[in-house]
Order: sequence, then structure tokens, then C-alpha cells
Amino acid sequence: MPIEVTQPSDREVRVVRTFKAPRQLVWDAHTKPELVTKWMLGPPGWDMPVCDMDVRVGGKYRWTWKSKEDGKQFGFFGTFTEVNAPAKLVHDEYYDPGDVGSSMPVGDPAIVSLELAEQNGVTTLVCTMKFASKEARDGAVATGMTNGMEMGYARLDDMFKQAA
Amino acid sequence: MQSSDRLDLTFSALADPTRRAILARLATGEASVQELAEPFDMSQPAISKHLKVLERAGLISVDIDAQRRPRRLEPKRLEEAVDWIERYREIFEQNYQRLDALLEELQAKPPKKKRKKS
Repeated sequence: MPIEVTQPSDREVRVVRTFKAPRQLVWDAHTKPELVTKWMLGPPGWDMPVCDMDVRVGGKYRWTWKSKEDGKQFGFFGTFTEVNAPAKLVHDEYYDPGDVGSSMPVGDPAIVSLELAEQNGVTTLVCTMKFASKEARDGAVATGMTNGMEMGYARLDDMFKQAA
Repeated sequence: MQSSDRLDLTFSALADPTRRAILARLATGEASVQELAEPFDMSQPAISKHLKVLERAGLISVDIDAQRRPRRLEPKRLEEAVDWIERYREIFEQNYQRLDALLEELQAKPPKKKRKKS
């Protein structure tokens, strides 16, 4: 199933995706640092040198990504507020602009909730990000994922081709 | 103006095929109102209306000093607006495709009981 991205409200983004794997495995892939660092890397060209996660209510986490190209870093950190393995994980999320900069207000946390449901060996993941404001939501992706710029221009080209 | 309000303005400006075609034309270089009106089989006032919407959204600007007052594309605003939701999709999909591969790999080999310190 292709990824589904919706906006349940002004401040939220929801991502829905299925995986051909049991729920426990998808849970592990989200909660064990040695697995998380294998896939949660964002656009090509980024490494994840820091992935500390203390997955329990009140436990902290810190993720840092580093550009292979210029060594610049940014990240997220926060606290787990709900841990119900292997069904639900909720944490707050603060943006750490590092030396990448920010078009997103720093200091307002987003609330990220991950819900996993399994049926016939297929796991459906629902990830809901609730931002502090509409502006934070709009800025969240423009920031950090810096090669979004490039992707934006590539899409712009497509749009022009369609429009022309 | 907040960036989200600006996005709203930009999106509504982009939600019209004529205005998108005008932007596509301006992407190839600046043009006067008359030049823009030609290919669209529209009156100049009708085109001007569309141009005002694009201008208000910051997608184009006018060179008021030049005699023919050419319009030109403001690529920065367009870039800012280009479907931010599409970026979420791309970033998540890139991650999830790697996760697909990882899950496949994990299922292919029997789980080891070895305890790993972390």
C-alpha cells in the first residue's frame, strides 16, 4: 500500500502505511536503536550518528542526523509519554536545529503518536504528528531535511511541464 | 503575515489552471501583460485579474520601472509553497522503503537469542 499522508486538522499530519511484517517486529524497528539507525535516515546523504532511546514512560530520547556532504547536524529530542508495546508509542518532540538552521519555531514540541495494528500478518502503522501551531507544521519539513529544497525544485519542474 | 497564511494564499493562487500556465510561461522569462494574454485567448483585463492574484500571493512581481511593466516569476515563494505535504510523503516513504527491506531481512533470518548490550 502506498503511503497515505493526510491533515486531520490545521496542526496535524497523519501518515498511514502498511508493512508485511508482524507488529512486534515493526515495534522493534521503531524502539531499538540498532534497528532505528538502519532506516530512519531521511533523504539520501544523511547518517544518524546519535540514536539514544530509553523507551519507557518518562524516558528520554535523542536523535541526531549528520550530512555526509558538509557534516552539518540537526536532530530531535524528547520524552516518551506513553509506551504500550507493541501497540502504541507517544512522545513529545523538540527540534534541535544544530547548525542546519530553522524555519520552525524552536521550543514548541510536537506530539508524535505511533499506533500499530496487525491483521493477517500485515501491520498498519498510523503516525500522527501534532504540532504546536499551523506554522510549525508547515515549517517542520522545510527545515532539517535540507535537500527538500532540491526536491522542491524538481517537483516545480514537473509542475511546469504539466502546466505548459 | 504568518508563513501558513502565506501558504494558504499561495495555494489558492495555484488552484487555477490559467494561473499555473501563466507561471509556466514566466518560468521561461519575464513577459508583459500583452504577451501573457496572447496564448490564452483572454482579454488583457481578464489576464490582469489573474496576475493580481499571483502578485498578491507573492508568486510574481512587476518591474514598474520598465515601460512594458514585465511580470516575472518569484521562484522563492513558489518553492516555499510546493506542496509541503508532498515532502512529508517523500521523506517518510524513503524511510519506510528502508524499513520494508529491514523487516524482510529480520524475518528471513531466525531471531538470535543472543542478548545485545545497548
